[in-house]
Formats: sequence, C-alpha cells, structure tokens
Amino acid sequence: MSGELLLELFSEEIPARMQAAAERELARLLEDGLKQAGLEVGAVKSCSTPRRLTAVIEGVPVASPNVSEERKGPRVGAPEKALEGFLKSAGLSSIDEAEIQSDKKGEFYVANIEREGRPTPVIVAEVVPVIVNNFPWPKSMRWGAGKLRWVRPLHSVLCLFNGEVIPFEIDGLISGGETRGHRFLAPEPFAVKDFADYEKKLRAAKVILDTEERRDVIRSRAKALCEAEGLSLIEDEALIAENAGLTEWPVPLMGSFDESFLDVPPEVLATTMKAHQKCFSVTAPDGKLANRFVLVSNLEAKDGGKAITAGNERVIRARLADAKFFFDQDRKIALENATPRLKDIVFHEKLGTQYDRIQRIRKLAVELAKLIGADTEDSERAAMLCKADLVSEMVGEFPELQGIMGRYYALEEGEHPDVADAIAAHYKPMGPSDAVPEDSVSIAVALSDKLDMLVGFWAIDEKPTGSKDPFALRRAALGVIRIVLENGLRLPLMKTLSIVMAGLDPAIHGLDGKEEETEKNLLGFFADRLKVYLRDQGARHDLIDAVFSLPGQDDLLMIVRRVEALGKFLETEDGANLLIGAKRANNILRIEEKKDGTRYDGAPDPALFGMEEEVALAEELDAAEPLIASAIEHEDFEAVMGALAKLRGPVDAFFDRVTVNADDPLLRVNRLKLLNRIRAATHTVADFSKIEG
Amino acid sequence: MAQPEQSSPAPAPKAPLSFQDLILTLQRYWASKGCVILQPYDMEMGAGTFHPATTLRSLGPKPWSAAYVQPCRRPKDGRYGENPNRLQHYYQFQVVLKPSPQNIQQLYLESLAAIGIDLLNHDVRFVEDDWESPTLGAWGLGWEVWCDGMEVSQFTYFQQVGGFDCEPVTGELTYGLERLAMYVQGVDRVYDLDFNGGEGDSRVKYGDVFLQAEQEYSRYDFEYADTKLLFNQFRDAETECKALLEKGENGSRHEMVLPAYDQCIKASHIFNLLDARGVISVTERQGYILKVRDLAKACCAAWLKTEAGGA
Repeated sequence: MSGELLLELFSEEIPARMQAAAERELARLLEDGLKQAGLEVGAVKSCSTPRRLTAVIEGVPVASPNVSEERKGPRVGAPEKALEGFLKSAGLSSIDEAEIQSDKKGEFYVANIEREGRPTPVIVAEVVPVIVNNFPWPKSMRWGAGKLRWVRPLHSVLCLFNGEVIPFEIDGLISGGETRGHRFLAPEPFAVKDFADYEKKLRAAKVILDTEERRDVIRSRAKALCEAEGLSLIEDEALIAENAGLTEWPVPLMGSFDESFLDVPPEVLATTMKAHQKCFSVTAPDGKLANRFVLVSNLEAKDGGKAITAGNERVIRARLADAKFFFDQDRKIALENATPRLKDIVFHEKLGTQYDRIQRIRKLAVELAKLIGADTEDSERAAMLCKADLVSEMVGEFPELQGIMGRYYALEEGEHPDVADAIAAHYKPMGPSDAVPEDSVSIAVALSDKLDMLVGFWAIDEKPTGSKDPFALRRAALGVIRIVLENGLRLPLMKTLSIVMAGLDPAIHGLDGKEEETEKNLLGFFADRLKVYLRDQGARHDLIDAVFSLPGQDDLLMIVRRVEALGKFLETEDGANLLIGAKRANNILRIEEKKDGTRYDGAPDPALFGMEEEVALAEELDAAEPLIASAIEHEDFEAVMGALAKLRGPVDAFFDRVTVNADDPLLRVNRLKLLNRIRAATHTVADFSKIEG
Repeated sequence: MAQPEQSSPAPAPKAPLSFQDLILTLQRYWASKGCVILQPYDMEMGAGTFHPATTLRSLGPKPWSAAYVQPCRRPKDGRYGENPNRLQHYYQFQVVLKPSPQNIQQLYLESLAAIGIDLLNHDVRFVEDDWESPTLGAWGLGWEVWCDGMEVSQFTYFQQVGGFDCEPVTGELTYGLERLAMYVQGVDRVYDLDFNGGEGDSRVKYGDVFLQAEQEYSRYDFEYADTKLLFNQFRDAETECKALLEKGENGSRHEMVLPAYDQCIKASHIFNLLDARGVISVTERQGYILKVRDLAKACCAAWLKTEAGGA
C-alpha cells in the first residue's frame, strides 16, 4: 500500500534568485529525510512560486518496514560505562534483555533489536519540522516574537498524505490542508485533496505552480505582443527567469517611451530598463532598438493593464531621463580630462589607484604593441583612456557599462576608432563564452590590463587559493591565454612578465629581489590554466604534461601546436609504435643511468656497431636529426613528426634483435648511447616518458 | 486575516490626495492600527531609521508601535532644485511595529488602498531588497515594494541594530512620501506636487514650499559649508557622545542614553555634510563610518540598560 505525500510551505515573497535552489534543496532533504527514517520513496517533484515551496512524492509506502537487527555489544564483564552505552544505543532497559554469545576470545553480549515499522504520517511529522528548522537558505531571518528562521515569514504548512492532513507543529505553526491563491485575485484560503487537485485549484485561483510554465507564458506572450506590432523581443533568459520568480500569474504588457531617448546608446537604454525595471527591450525590423518595452505584471487587472502600463511608462521615462542626463553630463568632460579623477579610486590598497594602474598599463601597452605589431601610439592612447569612464555618471550608475560608455565618449570626441574600440574591448573576454578582442590595439591594451593585474597581485602575494579568487585572477590568466591562442600570437611569457615587473613601482610594491621566484610561480599558474583550458578543449592531459616538461616552454601558441601535432602523430600506427620504442629506450636509460650514476649522452662509436640493426638505426637517426632540427627551427611540428615516423621501423627492429645490456661493457655503453639518440630525437617535441600508453 | 480592498470596498477618493492629505491619511490609518503617532525628531538625520523611536526602540523585549513623518537630509543628493526627483531634503513616513505582526504585509497593502491605490488595477510587488546601515551597525531582510514598477516603500524585518539581535523582531515600513505622492498625483516633477489641495490662488505647490530651500542648501552643502568648522563639530559630537555614555553609567543601569544618542545622530549628519563637500577621501570614509558605528553601538548597548530597553 502506498500513497501521495504533498507538502507546501507558504510564505511571504521569496527572493526570485533563491527559488530554484530552494526547490532542489527541498526535494533532496525530503528524500534523504524519509529514506533515513526507513521509508523507501521514489523521486520527489518540487515546485516554487514567489510565495510557496511545494514538494510531492508518489508511491510513498504507508509505513516503514519492520526491521530486525542483531547488534554486537561489549564483552561479558566489560566496564559499566561500556555496558551503559550499549544498552542506550540498542534501546534495552537492562543487560538481562541481551543474549550472550561466544567466540574464541570469550563471551559477549548481543542485542536482538526488533524495530517495528512506523506509519508514514508519524515519520513525516518528524522529518518535515527538522527540514524547516534547518533549511539551507542563503540568508534567513526571524520575525515577530518567534524563534523560527525562514527566508521570509512562513505563514502556513500544508501537509497531506493520501488526502489526510498530517498534523505537526513548527514553532507554533500548525500544519493543515489549506492554501491560498493569488495575493490580490484570489486571497481566500481553500482546502485541497491531492496534488492534482492542488495544482488545478491554484490555477483557478490565478497561480501557475510550475516555474517552467510561467517562463513559457512570459516568453510566448511577450513575443506575441512584439510580433503584433512587427517588432521583436530581445529574449533574455535570465530576465525571463527573474520575472517568473516575481510572479504567480505573469501578464506581459507592452509600453512605450519617447523616441527622442533613442539618441542614447542602446546598451544604456536596455540596461536601464533591465536593471532597474526588469523590463525587456524590443527591436525594430532594422535591428535597432524600438521605443517599446515589455514589462511583466503579476496581475490580470480590471482595466486590462492600462493603469499598470501607464505607471511603468512613467517610471521608465524618469529612468531614461536620468540616463540621458548622465549621458549628456558625461559628454561635457573629455575622457582625457576625467582621468585625474581616477586618483580617487583605489584599485587595491597595495596596488594604488586606478590612476596608478593606467600609468603602468600605458607603458606596458607600448611594449606589448611592439611585440605583437600593433600601433604603439594608438595603444598608448587607448590605455591612457581605458579606465576614464569609471568616473562617469553613467558607469557610476551602471557598473556593467564600463568600457562600453568609454567607447561612445571616445568616438564622440573624435578618437581613432581603434582607440575607442580598445576602450570597450580591453575588459574582454569577460567569461568563457565571451569573444576575445581581435584588433591589435585592443589586444595590446587587453593583455596589458590583465598582465598588470596578475603580476601586481602576485607581487603583493594575493594569489587565488582553493575556491577563493576574489580578484578573478584565474579569469584574467585564462583571458590572456585565449587572446594569445585565438589570435595566433607569439608572446614569450618570460620576457613579457619581465617587462611587466619592470614597470611596477618599487615604492608601492617592491619585489625586493623576488622577481625570479614570482616569475616562475606565475608561469606555473599560466601552465595550470593552460592545462585546464586545453583539457576543456579535449586535449590529453598527459600530452600537455609531456610538452610542459621540456625546458623553456613559455610560448603558449607553440605549446599548443606541439600538443596538437603530438596528439595527431600518436593516433597513427607509426606514432603509437614509436612511442612504445621511445618509452622503452627511456626506461632502459633511466634504469642503467641510475645504476651507473652517469648519463650516456655522448655519441656512439660506429666502429662498435656489431649488428646491422644498429647500423640501420644510426643511419636513420643521422638522416632524421638534421630534418628534425630544421623543422623545429621552422616550428613545423608536422614535419618533426614526419621525421620521427621514419624512425619507427629501425627502432622496432633494433629492439627485436639487439640486446642492449650486452656482456661486453664497451658494447653495452655504445648501445646505451645509441638509445640516447632516440631519447634526444623524441625529446625535441616532448618528454615521451610522460605520455601514457 | 483581513482581505484586500475588494472584500471591504472603501470608496476610492475622487481626486488624488494632496501631499499633506497623503500624510494625514497615513497617520490616521496607522493610528487606527494602534500606532503611537509621533512628530518628527528635531534633529537633522539621513533617514527615519535614525529616529530613536526606531533605532533604540527596536531593541529590547518591549512591544512598540509607532508612526511618524521624518524629514531626511541627504546633502549629497542636492541638485540645486534642477533635478525632477532628487532632493537633499525630503520626507519619509516611517512605521515600526514590534513584534512584527503576522498580517503586517496585509496592513501595509491596506494603507496603500487607503491613499487611493486600487490593488486590482495596480501591480504591487515585493521585490527582494535587503537593508543594511553600516553607520548604525544594523541589518534586516525584506523588500522594496513596487507599484507599477515604481519603488514606493521599503519593507524590512530588523534582525540586528547596533550589533544586537532584535528580539522580538521589529517590522519597519518606510514610505518615500514625495515619490508616493508623485505617483498618486501623476506628477513627473516633484516641485509640481499639489501640497495642500487648495483651489486657484490658495493652491500651494511643493516647489512653493521647498524649491528655494533646495537651491540654498545645495549651495551650502556643496560650496559653502565651512569644512574646518565641521571637522571640529564632528570631533566635538564624538567626544560628547562618549563622555555622556560614560557619565550616564550607574551600576547595571544607564541614565543618559538619549542625550548621548543625539550626539551620535549629529556626528552622522556632519559626516554626510563633509562627504558632500568632497573633503573625505575614499580611505578616510570607511574610518568615519566606523567611528559613527562605534557610537551607535555604544548607545544601543546603553539603551539595553534602561527601563524602555527592558532592563
């Protein structure tokens, strides 16, 4: 026998951003709680609206099963304390209730515990209050004179099993079988029988229980409103989700604003409407922003939404007027003249102000521009202006518009378009899915900004640790990696880091001779980030390690090219076999060199070659070595692999026929030296001993 | 629990309320719900929360329900009377209910109905907004209340004040009166608000009462306030606050909290003036906030040693 368990926790408005996680937590806690109490339950379905958190489970047994357990206790004659503990844990009142058994070490007590199954309502009445009392809200609160904590005041708890109320109490709140509908449209309480009845009656009471359905309603009706006017909605899933978390009965409505506001940059209009009013922007057929917006109300109003639309239009008008005012004010001060005010913005206590930063970034941008072939003057100019919009009114109001506003202001002031673009693009990439800057001036400034940050925080020993990365330095390093790789840039990191370090102000953060250590440490950080990045791209981590093991690997692009070429080569039959041979050579050398305490890196003597396989291998190596050297010099890793592939046959033959550890010590040493040539040849691309397989 | 307006239909006022009628209506409404109607505190302060009827009364076990208008001074927000909705001086209507009643949201919504907002035609929403006052060492959880996308009130369940847990919890409702009046009257510029509801020559607008003041105080706040004098006054207020807290100690009791707290309010306002004059650097700023917070915390601790604080 089984039944349906329905639980609803009805409260004041739950913050939209917390609802999804709360649904998951409720499902998890309920399932775990019931299972721990011995009730085998299936999947929990959970839902939420701004005012309720609901969970339902089908097929819940009406009681937990009887359990019998034999529990081993202390030895007969054990100290009183041990006996007491045993009685307590086994639920016995006297030691006479325990059985005595014996093994080869002697006699000991055994309790036969028979636990009778308990009715589900009894279990639920225990489990739910524990869940409510310990619910993992990101922030919780008390209210009134009570002790209970919830995200906002909890008003009622509905708990039904097979249509019957399961009675319990949580800090004075008594569970029941009633809920309420929409706050304004259907405020009367009503009773429900089961989940189907609950969902149906809620719908009649103007509440859509399912979050996904509310999202669909918002998306489809908002689109329909736009299409009816020949316009298109800018679909913003985060905004849809937020509105679904703010409404029980979402009703999208369309409003408009004065066309004159369209002079303000579209990013400003869209951000204003979204950030402050949670409204959607709309585009005209030409792709430009239309003077319309879509709001999502929580009410099917008597007047069809006229008053609501008019009210929102007034608020939007005031907001856009503010934004326009900021835009006009900002344009009265040239970006260049705004930069001294960056002296008031502390970037980091130990790293100085934003003004100090742009001085460093400027110098750096010039050096990097030279390295990557960007225009040095434009790069310096862009670097000098890149933070100026931080003191603008607009960015003060909307920090997310940093860079974007600077670009507009720069264009207006007649700066070179590359300079203006670099102001916007130097923050990029903002995340793993954001595009990297592609223009050379943007690249120079973007790299300077990130490298200054990385070196600066390394210099003051504020490196990311574990999950803590308050200055988003991992993102900065990944940004550098992506900019370099996706643009195919040659950027020797060691040299670059030295340039950055040289630009640090010793008065602010002198490295006091720790330059080398810092550089090495930071290079290791880049290596780790690159590994993470390449792994995400599907590269084998052992190949990355194998390439990184070579000394002096600080050119990101070349590292990646090597890894790619190596990966392809190992997929061929020649590659796979050569790998076996090379590893074998490596292993033998490692063991023998350790034994003899020397390195066999001298040239073998051809006069000692006694077998034709030795001669053949040496000849092939003679041919391959110059090819490899030249291909390496030309960074043609495909060609390196081609040359290596030719070694495969002679190497295989050598190992088939030749005994390396020959009795004649001279022969042995000569053969080890020959093996060393295999090791050396493969070592030009990677340390083959690090490759798995 | 009382239901919203459609079940107890109060006839909506025909003409929108004037600014003063809005205040009078709210006062009558909250008086009918058992609140003590206080008058504004006679000191300059940045928010109604600074009023001892909120800050201090929210601490300790004794029940307390009060409502009052509080003029708020925000020197930095002065715009010389040129911005349609930013003011260096404006009014808040403040309601505090301790312990927060079970139907506090409903009581609040009925107050909106009382000032003429039809809850079946307007979209009223509770949008997450947690409140924190670094200078008072206070925080709470709640919402900003939206009416058709306009923030008309702040709704907070106080969790801590002066670093002390609020037990029981005070529910605080703060109405931005000018904003609410602009909404109710359908006015886009604060100075155009109908202040007194008069007809023809006897009509007084908000601008008639306050525009000159906004211009004069903006000059004072941004250009002419004597910063040397203000720095001295800040020090004096801080010193006096500490001195009064010390002199008021009498065993386990305290006998001079309110005068000491006045000095804390004063210090806070002087800090705001100095901030508006732009003479406090970013790094100093935090230091000043901490100084005021220390005073506020000490006053709250002393309050808990008084009769009204439940000692």
